[in-house]
Amino acid sequence: MPESSWIWIREHCVPSNYEAARAIRDELISELENHDWGKREIFGVHLALEEALANAIKHGNQEDEAKRIHAILRLSEDRVQIVIADEGEGFDYYHLPDPTDKQHREKPSGRGVLLMEKFMDRVEFNERGNRVLLEKRRLFAD
Amino acid sequence: MAEYRRLEVKEVGDVTVVYFRDQKILDDLNIQELGQELNHLVEVENCKKLVLNFTTVEFLSSSALGKLITLEKKVKNTGGILKLCEIQPEILEVFTITKLDRLFKIHPSEADALAAF
Repeated sequence: MPESSWIWIREHCVPSNYEAARAIRDELISELENHDWGKREIFGVHLALEEALANAIKHGNQEDEAKRIHAILRLSEDRVQIVIADEGEGFDYYHLPDPTDKQHREKPSGRGVLLMEKFMDRVEFNERGNRVLLEKRRLFAD
Repeated sequence: MAEYRRLEVKEVGDVTVVYFRDQKILDDLNIQELGQELNHLVEVENCKKLVLNFTTVEFLSSSALGKLITLEKKVKNTGGILKLCEIQPEILEVFTITKLDRLFKIHPSEADALAAF
């Protein structure tokens, strides 16, 4: 998608803490509300962004505030795109256990990536696993 | 019954009904505190029959789900029963996607949950 198609772009490079993550999250959600995105769509984007930021802070940067979270938020008339990157070691996206399997269902963690995949239209990790691209197309009511 | 920062608690007969003060269950520190308060109900207050009423909750993350799973195990280990109710559609979808709707006993209303004990 050409850069010119985006009507709103923000880039952030922030320390790995929840206060900084909250500011990023609130900024995007507010922008979606201003552009009259639907309640369910906003819920899905909110959830996916929350999971991506939590993964970056907790698993990626191991809550080390000296490490940074890089975020790019883009909005067009019909889609939202989010890129979240951390400075951690990454992980093997292709060999994550399925949290819906009966043997994993009672584990208290490991559902973030599944929720991103279910609520967004596009979820792509880089090879190292420390950068995720999330995209969702907007559904327009008739 | 102790005072809680994240929860409101009432007794209905021998059932403890719990409401969440936060509309959005977010941010790790809040979720940690929420988990501690839920655990307190089971481990210190010795509540055996629990209903969590989600009527006020508009959003929760997978980290909050983790606290609910831990609570469910604790309740089960003490021979108690945990039920969830009044979950908004978007959040119910999260339970369905993760198949946690098979782990938890979920009821549409508080009255249904109370009647099911």
